[in-house]
Amino acid sequence: MSSVEEISNSVAEDLEEDGVEEENTVEEAEMEYEEPVKGGYIFYRDRKEWADLEPVPQDDGPNPVVKIAYSEKFTDVFDMFRALLQNDEKSERAFALTTEAIDLNAANYTVWHYRRVLLQALDKDLREEMKYITAIIEDQPKNYQVWHHRRMVVEWLNDPSEELQFVAEILSQDAKNYHAWQHRQWVMQEYKLWDGELEYVEELLEEDVRNNSAWNQRHFVINHTSGYSDSSILDREVQYTLKQIKKAPHNESAWNYLNGILQDGGLSSFPGLLEQVTELQDTCSSPYLTAFLVDLYEDALETNSSSYDQQEMFNKALELCKFLAEEKDTIRREYWNYVSRSLQNTYGSGDPVSASSDPPPPPSSSQLPDMEPSDP
Amino acid sequence: MEEASPPLRCFSESHSSELFSDDGVQTVTSREQRKVERSIQEVYSVYQQIHTSSQPTLLREQHYHYLKKGLRHLSDAYECLDASRPWLCYWILHSLELLEEPVPAAVASDVCQFLARCQSPTGGFSGGPCQHAHLAPTYAAVNALCILGTEEAYKVINREKLLDFLYSVKQPDGSFVMHVGGEVDVRSAYCAASVASLTNIITPTLFDGTHNWILSCQNWEGGLGGVPGLEAHGGYTFCGTAALVILGKEHMLDLKTLLRWVTSRQMRFEGGFQGRCNKLVDGCYSFWQAGLLPLLHRALFKEGDSTLSVSSWMFERKALQEYILLCCQNPGGGLLDKPGKSRDFYHTCYCLSGLSIAQHFGNKDLHNELILGRDENRLLNVFIFLPSRHQLIQFTTSAQRRSPKRLNISTGCLFQFRQNLHQVQWTSH
Repeated sequence: MSSVEEISNSVAEDLEEDGVEEENTVEEAEMEYEEPVKGGYIFYRDRKEWADLEPVPQDDGPNPVVKIAYSEKFTDVFDMFRALLQNDEKSERAFALTTEAIDLNAANYTVWHYRRVLLQALDKDLREEMKYITAIIEDQPKNYQVWHHRRMVVEWLNDPSEELQFVAEILSQDAKNYHAWQHRQWVMQEYKLWDGELEYVEELLEEDVRNNSAWNQRHFVINHTSGYSDSSILDREVQYTLKQIKKAPHNESAWNYLNGILQDGGLSSFPGLLEQVTELQDTCSSPYLTAFLVDLYEDALETNSSSYDQQEMFNKALELCKFLAEEKDTIRREYWNYVSRSLQNTYGSGDPVSASSDPPPPPSSSQLPDMEPSDP
Repeated sequence: MEEASPPLRCFSESHSSELFSDDGVQTVTSREQRKVERSIQEVYSVYQQIHTSSQPTLLREQHYHYLKKGLRHLSDAYECLDASRPWLCYWILHSLELLEEPVPAAVASDVCQFLARCQSPTGGFSGGPCQHAHLAPTYAAVNALCILGTEEAYKVINREKLLDFLYSVKQPDGSFVMHVGGEVDVRSAYCAASVASLTNIITPTLFDGTHNWILSCQNWEGGLGGVPGLEAHGGYTFCGTAALVILGKEHMLDLKTLLRWVTSRQMRFEGGFQGRCNKLVDGCYSFWQAGLLPLLHRALFKEGDSTLSVSSWMFERKALQEYILLCCQNPGGGLLDKPGKSRDFYHTCYCLSGLSIAQHFGNKDLHNELILGRDENRLLNVFIFLPSRHQLIQFTTSAQRRSPKRLNISTGCLFQFRQNLHQVQWTSH
């Protein structure tokens, strides 16, 4: 989801504002003469086959806000759409109009919903609909509605046979498309299509070892198939990940994956890991390596592991937190200082730890970022 | 003659050591990242040449005019947001609120009347008149009305029908679809929790199972995905975490791994935040990601954590302000994703929201301000207001009005909400 307005169910990239003056000029010009035919296109309000239906203009009220300067085509199509909706018309022409409306605004979920109602009411050919939605998604792959529509059609057909290939095609254009991955995971889980996915993930990681979506998919597949509790699987994954780390030690995804899969068992419990990682230190000084060591030392402390000298773990952890905060990962200074204080508080000698060189904290209730208001 | 400004982090000698290391292995990810870093470097060097002694400036006037105009008129480029018009109201009104620019009473009334036309007869709000109700415009409309805070605004909301709508999109597994016949993801839980809490219509059963469903969205990375199994993503992580806070269940998250994940999302070179690991910086994540830090601070405090900072959220506040002020402002007004992108009201809202969070730590009693650049850059402090009596929780709007009169109106109407609550029948849903 790189277009962030999508999170609010809209697609908005490269929007520029025109001057209000410009808009008025255009409207004035159009009002001078009525031209029902513009380059062959006939407005719905002028089409004979639609003459029985009175368009319903949008009711924005007398003093509109956030008023969009719709094109004439847009207004015409949606005025007619509102009329169909009002009459609850279930016809071929209604279906055709939804296609036009979608073309003008593929984020209009009301239109999509209506189209689905019509698909069922008119018993439309769902194979044709699959072709249609395939084309729309290719054109607008970062829209919520198009993917949801495809999912509905797949469900109705109960046929996922094209899905993995289709998603792979979309991912070949944008390997991190969030909707695509969501659709893929849904298909796999719903229809139990796990075969070959680990191989697919490895292909993607070959192409871009930094593709975090692929690393996530790796976790997804293994979680839902073999799981990580089998030690031969865990071994395989650790070795695979270390191999990728060696290729590109500044790739955060690989380090996060390593951490993620070892969380449950405990980083310090995995045999030989500390050695393998400290060995890497000789050839690279990636802040992720250092952070991983902090995690490992912290795990050793947490589990009170007898394999490690607790005091050494404690000292080293603090040393690395300081190193990260002051030199290697200063953007996260506040965080590493917090980790340091937490470690000292939990495992330290017992002296109270102050949060900073700032003045001593006021009464504890006011440390909360929220508060009870005084009575009005 | 302006006094010498404190040095900016991005101009320090060592800053170039923060550039992305590709280890000699180039991939799409590393190429894209380096492209962005180069464009940011360009912005910095231009800035250094032009502004040798001046401080970073928030272009208040320009943003104000962009917002004021947009609240009335939008070009046909906004046809793609025709099903999100309450969002446009909210993004613009919240931006104006952050800039502490008042909304004239007539305009406020017009917004109320428009949003009333977006309210569905079956409850909830839609993207525009005659469209179907949807949780996202419902969230936006309720927030916009709360910002206006007038009696007219509060009266727009049909609370009984809103509750009906929420039940109509509730799923057996605890999740919510965004609209009838629509998709599920964690945004819906946040939208539902937010509006239900603000309007005080939470029933004993409304959020049955919801917190468990949200928790299942936390993954191996520590962040949350849109649905269980998906990659951790800033927007969804904010929605899930904030929803849990509203539901009082945030302690059930693995807060430590979440904290590690979100703090790792701040870009060492750019200073802004990325939405996902190994993706690009974007101004809007100044809110979705940085906004998690106050939530986590509070959650950890409630758990008895005595080692929390008393002066700062756990991210680099100065660096984020630098990114927003130097890289995310359109000279003609409005804010944006990153240099080279176009301005829009969504980015304007969330860049300003992130700027406010970076500027203000704490609350009314304990407040640490860190304003980068001129003092006039200061925005309204958007703090999390959790009054048990009033049951008002706003994460993106400020409940604390500067004008006491407005405060009385808002609390008065909230009392009205509470009184009306007793009139809502708790039927067995």
